[in-house]
Amino acid sequence: MSKIVVIQGRAVPVVGDDIDTDRIIPARYLKEITFSRMGQYPFYDERFHADGSKKDHPFNRPEYQGASVLLGNVNFGCGSSREHAPQSLVRWGIRAIVAESFAEIFAGNCVMLGTPALVASKEDMAKLQKLAAEKPGTVFSVDLQALEVKADGLTVKVTMPPSRRNALIEGTWDSTALLLANADAVKAKAAILPHPSAKH
Amino acid sequence: MAKGTLYNKIWDSHTVALLPTGQTQLFIGLHLVHEVTSPQAFDMLRERGLKVAYPDRTFATMDHIVPTKSQKRPFTDDQAELMMQAIERNTRDFGVNFFDFASGRQGVVHIIGPELGLTQPGMTIACGDSHTATHGAFGSLAFGIGTSQVRDVLATQCLSMDPMKVRRVEVNGTLKPGVTPKDVALFLINRLGVKGGIGYAYEYAGQVFDDMTMEGRMTVCNMAIEGGARVGYCNPDDTTFAYLKGKEHAPRGAEWDKAVARWRDIASDRGAEYDDVVKFEAAEIEPMVTWGVTPGQSVAVGDTLPDPEAISDKGEKESALLAYRHMKLSPRQKAIDIKIDVAFIGSCTNGRISDLRAAAEVVKGHKVSPGVQAFVVPGSMQVRQAAMSEGLDKVFIAAGFEWREAGCSMCLAMNPDQLKGDQISASSSNRNFIGRQGSTTGRTLLMSPAMVAAAAIAGHVVDIRTFA
Ligand code: SF4
Repeated sequence: MSKIVVIQGRAVPVVGDDIDTDRIIPARYLKEITFSRMGQYPFYDERFHADGSKKDHPFNRPEYQGASVLLGNVNFGCGSSREHAPQSLVRWGIRAIVAESFAEIFAGNCVMLGTPALVASKEDMAKLQKLAAEKPGTVFSVDLQALEVKADGLTVKVTMPPSRRNALIEGTWDSTALLLANADAVKAKAAILPHPSAKH
Repeated sequence: MAKGTLYNKIWDSHTVALLPTGQTQLFIGLHLVHEVTSPQAFDMLRERGLKVAYPDRTFATMDHIVPTKSQKRPFTDDQAELMMQAIERNTRDFGVNFFDFASGRQGVVHIIGPELGLTQPGMTIACGDSHTATHGAFGSLAFGIGTSQVRDVLATQCLSMDPMKVRRVEVNGTLKPGVTPKDVALFLINRLGVKGGIGYAYEYAGQVFDDMTMEGRMTVCNMAIEGGARVGYCNPDDTTFAYLKGKEHAPRGAEWDKAVARWRDIASDRGAEYDDVVKFEAAEIEPMVTWGVTPGQSVAVGDTLPDPEAISDKGEKESALLAYRHMKLSPRQKAIDIKIDVAFIGSCTNGRISDLRAAAEVVKGHKVSPGVQAFVVPGSMQVRQAAMSEGLDKVFIAAGFEWREAGCSMCLAMNPDQLKGDQISASSSNRNFIGRQGSTTGRTLLMSPAMVAAAAIAGHVVDIRTFA
């Protein structure tokens, strides 16, 4: 697994509280049995009219094409646990998300994809979003080691749970290998914990 | 840090190891799987040459994508048919238990776990679905997870997790007439906020929960996630044990007695310490209805809709303004004046037999209002059978409701059951997010199944206490 320490790129502001995963990716795209096309769909119904013509949405604006940092607000990614949501953002090009707060399952899903979900204060988020809105070409630097976001002379502090940060910095964010390493201890646990079915 | 709670006890007994990242490796006693969030996970196993580590602890069904009018194969929607074939192939290739139509046990994953007796106190449970918290009603820790974590549980029967804080949510006293568990759930989300539970497991306690049926407890725990809490639970008690006794997969004979003794021990200690405690009085709770686009945007049914100008928090105010624009409703209008186009009774929140009984009780002898499409979708094949053996299907059909096959249906509309245009639904499900019921301009009012039934008859939102 690659080590994820610094992410640099332009930032796209997606303003609003409680942006749920149904809005990030509508349920009809969950019918696909692979994630491969998810990059086409983030915020689909907010970006496109029924006839396919474009609505005004940050993900459609030319100045944010190729952006790699998403700037959100409160309770970003709430609702459904669908990993299709972070998958669609990551496959669109997002490498880090900074917001005022995250829904728990969504933040965990992001880390499983090697994408940090970092929290900044309301005031700092407002500054970051303002900068990205007014100077869309600005390069933002998200530093997991320093727990800072820097852009155009602005530096703000960010936080994330230490274990998730370690996993990204150390390159151990794909947890399957870590969990498999303790297979014997798991076996011992399975032997003493009751089975859910009396039929087994 | 909380101490001596059910949460602490289950967490400790299921801890396998501390991982180098600082996260805990937690053993998962029961893994529930459905068709939508699992195909990519099974493919990841194939790519890595891994097997399902504990197929006997893994149980799959299909619910989200199944049509509820006709379940004849192949499904008319090609994508749905492909998804069905994927779960059939995956459960076969990996030797996973599968409740398909032929088993007679198919249904919404959070309905069938409990009704089959697979969900038991003291367990850790995981499922690639945010409403997994439902199973916490039994005194288990039940986690909604993403697809990469489904892969982890399939491959290792474990999750890597950080511990949560525990908030005791007490509701004391007794509920007023007409107030149901769904109203308790909506009330708590309204008071504690849609993000209030982030980082917490909610322990629901107090007389209201002591008195509540298992099905009611499931309704409340189901919606813990709508308040931001990934986990919600009730401590197991005699009500829990009575529900489980005799269920298909529950322990039997001498094993049953041992299990009950173990389950009693798992409940939070009298002197348990919590990270936070909040208390409410049952008398404060009225029948509730949502008017906005988050489950927290709700009012008591007798009230008028709130004035966004009175909301001090800028983000919440913006949310309210967005909600009014989408819902095409106005501040200060009466909730009971809102007309509806569609009435949906079902989902893992309120698709169980007691929900159907409550709704049937209301519709008996009435007719669905002209112009309203009303339908009932039992949460599982077994719920459907039980309802039919009591003649509930006949009550609904006589009143003009459609009687459907089991599935998630219009809870998320990944199937043919969808709102059209800006239709407005009275819905017994759990989410009123924009686009949730299949139309980008569709609108959803969440309420109890009895209130949905009453709204179907009246053609608008009604206060169940004055409905005759
Ligand atoms: S009924 Fe609704 S909330 Fe429950 S599992 Fe199905 S889609 Fe999810």
